[in-house]
Amino acid sequence: MSSTLSEDQRRQQTRKRRSTRTRITGSDLTGASAVWRIVRISASYKWHLLAAIFLAIISSVLQVMIPRLLGEGVDQAFTLIQDGGQNEDQIRSLLWDTALLVILVSFLRGTTGFGTMFLGETLAQRVSTRLRMIFFDKLQALSFSFHDNVHTGQLMSRGLSDIEGVRMFVQMGMVQIFRVVFMIVAAAVFMLLLDWQLALLSLSFIPFMVFRSTKLRLSLRVFWRQIQDILGELSTSMQENLAGVRVVRAFSAQRYEEKKFDTIAREFVDLRMKAERVHARGSGFISFSFIMAWAILLWFGGSKVIDGNMTIGELAQFFTFLALLRFPVRMVTQIVNSTARAASAGGRIFEILDIPPSVNDGPNARPLEISDSVVRFEDVSFHYDDTAALEHISFEARPDHTVGIVGPPGSGKTSVVHLLPRFYDPTSGRITVDGVDIREAGVTSVRRSVGIVEQDPFLFNGSIRDNIRYGENDASDERVIAAAKMAQIHDFIVGLPEGYDAMIGERGVGLSGGQRQRVAIARTLLPNPAVLIFDDSTSSVDAGTDARIRSELLKVSEGRTTIIVAHRLSSLSHADEILVLDSGRIVERGNHNELMALDGRYRELYDLQQTQAAEIDE
Amino acid sequence: MPSNEDQKRPSNQRDPRAEVNKRPAEVEEEHQTLHESDEEIFAELDSTVFRRFFYYTKPYKREMLIALLAVAGFTVANLSIPLIIGFGIDGAIEDGDKSLLAVLAVAMGVVAFGYWITLYLQHILISRITLEVLYDIRADMFLQLQRLGMSFSDKTPVGGLMSRMFGDVGALQEMLESSIEVIGDLLTLVGIVAVLLYLDWQLGLITMAVMPALILVRVLWQPIARKAFLVMRRNSAIIGGYLDQNVSGVRVIQALNREDVNHDEMDGKVHTFFWSSVRAARLGGILMPTVEVMTGVALALVIIIGGGQVLSGEMGVGVMIAFLLYVQRFFEPIRQLTMHYAMLQRAVASGHRIFELLDIPVEIADKENSEPIGDIDGSVEFRDVTFGYDASRPILRNVSFAANPGETVAIVGPTGSGKTSLTSLAHRFYDVQGGAVLLGGIDVRDVVQESIGSVMGMVLQEPFLFSQSVMENIRYNTQHATREAAVEACKIIGAHDFIMQLDDGYDSVLEQRGTNLSVGQRQLLSFARALVADPKILVLDEATANIDSYTEKIIQEALLKLLSGRTALVIAHRLSTIRNADRIVVIEAGELIEQGTHDELLALSGLYARLWTTNYSSFDDIAGNADDMMGAPAAST
Repeated sequence: MSSTLSEDQRRQQTRKRRSTRTRITGSDLTGASAVWRIVRISASYKWHLLAAIFLAIISSVLQVMIPRLLGEGVDQAFTLIQDGGQNEDQIRSLLWDTALLVILVSFLRGTTGFGTMFLGETLAQRVSTRLRMIFFDKLQALSFSFHDNVHTGQLMSRGLSDIEGVRMFVQMGMVQIFRVVFMIVAAAVFMLLLDWQLALLSLSFIPFMVFRSTKLRLSLRVFWRQIQDILGELSTSMQENLAGVRVVRAFSAQRYEEKKFDTIAREFVDLRMKAERVHARGSGFISFSFIMAWAILLWFGGSKVIDGNMTIGELAQFFTFLALLRFPVRMVTQIVNSTARAASAGGRIFEILDIPPSVNDGPNARPLEISDSVVRFEDVSFHYDDTAALEHISFEARPDHTVGIVGPPGSGKTSVVHLLPRFYDPTSGRITVDGVDIREAGVTSVRRSVGIVEQDPFLFNGSIRDNIRYGENDASDERVIAAAKMAQIHDFIVGLPEGYDAMIGERGVGLSGGQRQRVAIARTLLPNPAVLIFDDSTSSVDAGTDARIRSELLKVSEGRTTIIVAHRLSSLSHADEILVLDSGRIVERGNHNELMALDGRYRELYDLQQTQAAEIDE
Repeated sequence: MPSNEDQKRPSNQRDPRAEVNKRPAEVEEEHQTLHESDEEIFAELDSTVFRRFFYYTKPYKREMLIALLAVAGFTVANLSIPLIIGFGIDGAIEDGDKSLLAVLAVAMGVVAFGYWITLYLQHILISRITLEVLYDIRADMFLQLQRLGMSFSDKTPVGGLMSRMFGDVGALQEMLESSIEVIGDLLTLVGIVAVLLYLDWQLGLITMAVMPALILVRVLWQPIARKAFLVMRRNSAIIGGYLDQNVSGVRVIQALNREDVNHDEMDGKVHTFFWSSVRAARLGGILMPTVEVMTGVALALVIIIGGGQVLSGEMGVGVMIAFLLYVQRFFEPIRQLTMHYAMLQRAVASGHRIFELLDIPVEIADKENSEPIGDIDGSVEFRDVTFGYDASRPILRNVSFAANPGETVAIVGPTGSGKTSLTSLAHRFYDVQGGAVLLGGIDVRDVVQESIGSVMGMVLQEPFLFSQSVMENIRYNTQHATREAAVEACKIIGAHDFIMQLDDGYDSVLEQRGTNLSVGQRQLLSFARALVADPKILVLDEATANIDSYTEKIIQEALLKLLSGRTALVIAHRLSTIRNADRIVVIEAGELIEQGTHDELLALSGLYARLWTTNYSSFDDIAGNADDMMGAPAAST
């Protein structure tokens, strides 16, 4: 395999992956509708938007007034001079009047300009603030199946840079476009009133500008979408490099990582360059047509003055009007660019906002009220992306009753316990708590009643105390300590110099896997859920501590229903019923003795672990 | 994070509270740390940032030169427009010279054409330079992150680095892009001053009399505005960090019904940001009316004084019109610069954050003339090693032991005794403070760091996989290995079967961190990855801790194959793994207290024997209260 070929293949692979990974739902909002939605959100701040537009109009009119003042001043002065110049005082006072008026208008123009900008920026911030919150809430609400498939880097790049793109659009595009349009319209009106033929000639650049910028918008939109996708890819690559730093180091793969990063970064540069080229071609042409208008005006206007059909002052006015239009002409391509960016950024944001929640409260959802906390799986099947993860699972878990689940990796153990807090909803069958289908109960109330501890728990940046009371922000210290004691982590915590205030998470104390699991157990125990699920959550805790956690739990778990997923059979020795799963089905069930007597899978696993233990015990 | 409690928590059995868990962030504040607050930046000058940028443009001298020529051409075209018009009015129109007018109109057309070309050229070239510079800066940041020691990674949150790499570089990009216009504007400014003085130096000077006032306003306003922008920037970084946490921890949040609390928290942060941005917008915009009034005053001056001169016949009307056009244009760049001020401030703040990262000294650097480690015999020796993450608090004290080629040495000891630190030192993730670590008899500090990877492989407790295909993960950094070799390795390890069950076999793309695989499967892949790399020395850091019994059997077999013919340092808490080792090294509170074979250690009746006889299945997690643990119920394994 030649190296160029493999390079090519790699690139191709990357591209294929990117296209599948960055399109989260496959829904591709057309640019216009994304922009339209941004406009609609902005329009909901009706008064704010109206005020901004109003000021934009006033400031553009004022802007246009200056050339008119200047032109008239020059014109009158010029006529007076040609009259013989004896009214020097009159002319001087006229100049003074004009001058003062210019200062006044400038001041007003500046103030309204400031107002427009300020209102535009704050409006943009309000819109982006709102989007940020909606986006945030959506991410919090989206089910596990969404988060399973989407990389953190992707969501971060949407939540940060795409919302920023929208903000830029509201600020630069939406409000500014009124200024641009009104300045052109106002200037056009004044010019038409002065001399309609010459005005039409001077404004001849506008059709070119409109045509070119429309074309530009369309091609830039495609580029922006690609650019943002690549940025997402770049941030994913970066994030993994940082998160996997130990692996990178261990393999001395810094150079390899650099190359990987480089390839994407280079692609980003190339793509940006393409976009810039298109942009430059567009803005160059627009400027060209604009200056050609000056040439046309100079010739026809000049001829008119020579022929005596027009005064010099009028021609001067025309020129100052054109000079004034330089600003909107310059703005046009910027607006076009920000609109194109917003179209793709908005598309990427709305793509996520539009995902229907897969776990939803039904119309008649009412809070789950637990009396007996009897959990029943009734012929539950669950499909995950077309593949069956669970098939026909039925079992019952009662208070003071522990159900254990064992099985080889990928047999669906975790899927079973993830259905109970409604992280996913079953594809068929039903799960009831005290006879109520949990799909008919509010998600929040279900999760309040069901506590789950995961195998690889995520801890937040913050103090240990805040982590333990994460589910109940205002829990008293006594309860935090009680939970920590139950999870056998209290002694460790008080051994820290800062005790419960010690910071953990990214920047804090490093905890071992077992310690993290125990903090997570305390966190789950604190709200005192009626149903407790341990998803292999003591795998990194040594067997001794595991046993003590269990005995502590037994003391407090009166009236509690417990489901334990474990690979260590010793964790399940006291379980009232053990389900043995394989390929999503229950293949054996019973208590330890029954299962041993069955001489099947469970026995096999037991023997396996005995041999492993025997290697130690000899 | 793979059990780095060892690294960070020097432990003392008698007094568990003694200096335990000093937060690494508080250590070595002056080295290898980034300031998350922006306050420190105030002291520095903006010019440093610009100078640094300029340095990055050096490789693009040719492009810069052409770009500058294009900008100059553009400026000339820009400036000639009012001149042509002024001349046209005074020279052609007033005299009724139509042929001259035609010439001037054509000249204007030529100018338009030149305008087009120069605008295009400068846009393209400046974009090119900008993108290349940013590419170089990003590449440098990436390189820097690869070179910085592990101690940096230990204490720097990923989210913060991401925000520098993307948010801050993005802000620079925004600024540099608008610099396309800013550069033209500045040159135009200079050109206009020259033309104004040339046309009528007195009137020119008078017009420019407003400038000092403008400068004064700016000088007074600048520090206040800058502070507002930095506050805004910081608040935005806080939002980024919070979002990152919430996306990563979303499962916990949902499981604990924490959505509403987090909504309120986010709301608070977002609104703080909102108000700081409103304040920044207000301060950023306040210059606008000032500049406008100045423009008005300048125009008024031209009207009154210039008008007076026209009146007395000292000046042509055309010149005055040209003056008026120029004055309007003169303030346009200033107005634009004002509008871009927010962008500029953000970019300067971002530049600081970027260069701050780039300026962190690389603590673990190759010596000059150091050579690759080459073909060594695979021995590992710790010679009187003393080491601490904070030099004043050693975690390892005078540790000496060696692993001969082909030997498996197990390292055991209570949590926090310094086991992981030992293995990290072997790969020179950190430098020792005393003694030396030798691979094949060569001090690791004397070789090219990168070459260590060619002789040493590591398998960590939590196998980190990249969201690439299975094949790419297995051949991580060993692209020269053939596909067949990789498949063969997987067969040996026992990963082949489950890989073939994936949708695309070896080409299946893994989810973030390989979450579509079980922990055991992930660990098998990381074994295969190590096998393909085929190192002489292998370090296993609790590599079998999280494995379920089904995979355990495969893993144990895989382990035997993986270890055969290699030197191995194994940290394990399963006694079965430990027993089979050629030698066992017992570390306690940073000191080597016992070493020997299993039987020798039992005969010694020391810590190892005590742990063994209590039938305690694991050495993990017995940090400060090992005595208490002795009474713990015996594990049933």
